[in-house]
Formats: sequence, structure tokens, C-alpha cells
Amino acid sequence: MRPTNLSLQPTRMALFMLALVLALLTIFPLLWMVSGAFKGPGEVNSLNLIPTHPTLGNFAYVFTRVPFLRYMLNTFFVAGTVTVVALFFHTMAAYALARLRFPGRDILFFAIFSTLLVALPVILVPLFILVKTLGMLNSYWGLIVPAIFNAFGIFLLRQYYQGIPRELEDAAFVDGCGYWGVYRHVILPLSRPMIAALFVFFFLANWNSFLWPLTITQNQNLWMIQVAIASFQTQYAAAWNYIMAAATVTALPTMALFFIFQRQLIESIKTSGFK
Amino acid sequence: MSAGTTAETKTENHQNGKPPGRRRLSRRHREWLAASLFVFPDTLGLLVFVGIPMVLALAMGLFNVSGFGGITFVGLANYERMLSDSLFLESLKVTVIYVVSFVVGNFVISLALALLVKQKIPFVGVLRSMFFLPYVVSLVVIGLVWKFMLLDQVGIVNRILEALGLGSHSWLGNPRFALATVVAVSIWFLMGYYMVIFLAGLQEIPQEYYDAAKVDGARSWQTFRHITWPLLKPTSFFVLIVSTISGVAGFQTFDLIYVMTTGGPANSTSLGIFYIYQQAFQFNDYGYAAAMASFLVLILLIATAAMFILTRGGRFETD
Repeated sequence: MRPTNLSLQPTRMALFMLALVLALLTIFPLLWMVSGAFKGPGEVNSLNLIPTHPTLGNFAYVFTRVPFLRYMLNTFFVAGTVTVVALFFHTMAAYALARLRFPGRDILFFAIFSTLLVALPVILVPLFILVKTLGMLNSYWGLIVPAIFNAFGIFLLRQYYQGIPRELEDAAFVDGCGYWGVYRHVILPLSRPMIAALFVFFFLANWNSFLWPLTITQNQNLWMIQVAIASFQTQYAAAWNYIMAAATVTALPTMALFFIFQRQLIESIKTSGFK
Repeated sequence: MSAGTTAETKTENHQNGKPPGRRRLSRRHREWLAASLFVFPDTLGLLVFVGIPMVLALAMGLFNVSGFGGITFVGLANYERMLSDSLFLESLKVTVIYVVSFVVGNFVISLALALLVKQKIPFVGVLRSMFFLPYVVSLVVIGLVWKFMLLDQVGIVNRILEALGLGSHSWLGNPRFALATVVAVSIWFLMGYYMVIFLAGLQEIPQEYYDAAKVDGARSWQTFRHITWPLLKPTSFFVLIVSTISGVAGFQTFDLIYVMTTGGPANSTSLGIFYIYQQAFQFNDYGYAAAMASFLVLILLIATAAMFILTRGGRFETD
């Protein structure tokens, strides 16, 4: 479809208009959320997208009436720790599964792959009892440790490592590196783009996670942000200007991360390996 | 798996380049040792936090487990109760309706979006990002925002419908609409993600085919029917399977249901996964919840096995 034929232009314009309208409709709920967050209680149900009397009062209310900052810091700490530890473990495992030869490797990979199909809701009850038995109920340990292990990252990294030229490793072996040295000085630097994408992915997933934090923490001091806004909603049932302000604060970091790393994110989904 | 075997042959070549004999053997053992240390943390973690709970889910169904630690063996009583629990059977029905309408709707809409943003149109990168954006926001926030927009009478959706003369409805309060509303929000949330996957599939179809079709004077629907559709099959297959599994297992549904409807009105949005959660954490009936969860595990295992058979070991090759 090269622009040789001028009669194609109107078609392309029409397609563009269609796509633009659909895209605006798609993001409208998020714009409406931000709009509601800046409206006063009297205006929150009005139909104007740009508030006539914009106010920061809703944000002030959210941060002063509820320990929202504490919930955000909890979430930063948990999501950050899970992400870093998970990437460390997953890169090691993926390197071994992609490159090293050991008995049972394919069986192990199959077993890891099949855990992809086990969803948290399905194993929630036994996992809760197990974690409770391990004494991790109502603790950062309980929030962090079970969230680390996820086959998705191992799977993507293994796929990626299989595409790295073997000559680079061989050169490192010749230079006298051991397996740890190869992992540390060849594999990790070469997989930086993939690690960056997974970093964003894991952080987003943990920032957004709700069911597990809801199940494992009764202590309000340990609440993660999604649990906090879900309960905020039941407390302030009709005060939608406050709820939208809380929702905006919760969604903003994830949208910012997306805007910064969108290319990596979308590339990593594309290569998420279904071949 | 094909990928595994190619890696192995490569390794063999690599080993053959080294001096044979004692050294080769010790090198092999060192490789074993290194590999087991590398895979150890993740393997242990997945075993403890996924594998064991999976097995426990199957075993716990045979016991009555109260919230205070009392455990009694009850045999198949939980399973008998399950099959005569009309709320559970109802929740299975809701799950099936949800999964089928979500999977079909999501497939059609995300494929259509992918075809649209594959065109050479201005600002296509920005448009793609806009379609993808809902996916990065948490489902709790998504649920809250839609609840706000769908409020009876005062919500923007009803106000617009009123203005258009279509009348306002209680989208989340009327059992006739609530499940459809949840399905629509699920699709809106996920369509950008599946659009990207379809787009990747579309971009792998060689441009020459389209050029040839154009030379032959094929219309766009003919091109779609005879080139795009058959060559997109592996991707379509992948999307169908993954979205089915995520629908049954409740990856996206639990948070939405919790925030938007809590299973109501009149249990019309009580998906299996949500009913199980309520039995466990509101009524402290862990054994019964586990029995029902194991039933879902069974369904998922069958889906997994079907997936591996249909796709010939996860390669998603057809014909």
C-alpha cells in the first residue's frame, strides 16, 4: 500500500478518523476518572469533562483522612522487592534451562511451563493455609515471597536466551569464566532489554495486584494500595469525587510507567512466544 | 519440544570441540552442578507456592477445615454437597456464559482493532498505545471507574442514553444486564493486549502475499479470507486458548466482580471463582471451598491437556 494511488488517501483518512474515534472512546473512562478527581462534590455528577471549578481538595482529603501515603509506600516496597528478586531468580533459571545441559531439563521446563496455567484464584485457599502455617500471615513476607514465583518470566527469558549467539559464551569460557561468570558478564548484560521490559511488567502486576494482598493482610498497616481503595469505596460509597481522586492517584504511576516504557512493553508481549 | 532439541544438538557440537576423556566428563558434571544451582530457587519456590497448593487443593476437599484449625476427614461429603448446591451449579452456569461471551467478543474486537491499526495511517503508534492503555490500570480502579460511569440515573452512560432517547437502565443492579456489563468491561480492559498479540501475528505474514493478491485484483475481504485468516491461525488459536483459560481461572474477573457487583444482583454475576472465595473467606468453609476449587482445577487440567494435544505440544501449528 504505497501512496502511489491518490484515490487511496480518502480511505486512509477515513480509517484514521475511525481509529481516532475508537481510541478516544477507549480512553474516555480514564479521562472521566481524572476529570471526576478534580471536581467538587456539587459538580461530580455534571457532564462536563473539564471541571468548571477545578479543585485539589479531593486529593488533600484522600491523603489526610486516610493513610494513603503509607499504602503507596507499602506497595512500592512490596512491588519493588518482588520485582528485583524475581528477576534475579528467573534470569538464573532461564539461563540454565536455555543453555546448560542437565538430566531432566525438558521435564523440568514442561513442569514450570504448566504452572502458567495455575491461576491464583484456583489455589487461593490451600495457598492461604500454607502461608498461614509458615507464619507469614499479616506480614511483608507473606505479601512478597509467594508473589515472586511465576513461570511467565522464566518462559520469556528462556526464549530470549535461546536467541543469544553461543559464540559469546564460548569466548567467555575460553577467557576462563565459570558458569557464574558467563551468567554475570555475558547473559545478564545481553538481556538488558528483556530485563527492562520484565521489570516494568512485574512492577505493574504487583502494583495492581489485589486478591493476594486482600487475602493475606488483615492488618491495615500492611495494606497495599488496591486493597485500600477497594475498602475506601465501601466507606465513602457515594462520595465519587474522593473515590476518583484515590483511583487517579493509584493509576497514575502505572500509566506513567507505561508511557515511558511502552515500546519495551509492547515488544515483549509480541515476543511472548507462541511459536 | 523442538526448541529444546535444537539447543541440545548445539550443545553437543560445542562439547565435541573440547578434548575428550576425563576432562569432558568432569566438565559435564560441573555443568550439571551449575545448572541445578541456577534452577534451584525458582524450582523450590514454584514447588512450594504453586505445586503443593495445587495438590493440597485436591486433597483438602476430602476434609472439613474450619477457620480455627479443626480438621476432620469427611470423605466425599464436600463433593456430594457441591453437586446438590444450587448456588454452585448456578455459578458454573454463570462462568460458562461469561467465558463464552468474553472469549468470542474479545476475539472479534481485538482482531478488528489489530487489522485497523495495522493500516498505514497517521499517528498509528499513538493510537495503538491508546487502545492498550486500559490494560496497565489495575482492575480495582477499572471497576471503580465503570461503577461511577454506570451509576443509576446520574452516571454519564445513563445520562447520554437518556439524551439519545434510549432510556436509562440499572446496568449493575439489574440481573438481566449485570453479567453483560462485566463481560463488556472485561473486553474493554483486555482488547488492547490481545490486539498487540494479533498485530504481531499479522506482521509475520509476508507482504509478498498481499502484493500478489493485489496484482490479481483481490478485494480486501477476499484477501482477508484467503491470506490473512489461514495464515493467522496459530495466533488465533493462541488467543482463543489463553483467553479461555484466563476466563475460567478468573485472572481478570475476580477483582472486577469484587468491586462492581460482589456477585449480585441475585447471584447473576457470581462466577465460580467468586463463589469459592466467599465460601472460604466469608463463611470459613475451607474444605468445601477447596472441593469446589479442585473441580475447577480438573476443568483447567482438561483444558491444558486439550491445549497440548490440539497444538501438538504448544507449538500452535495447524495442518
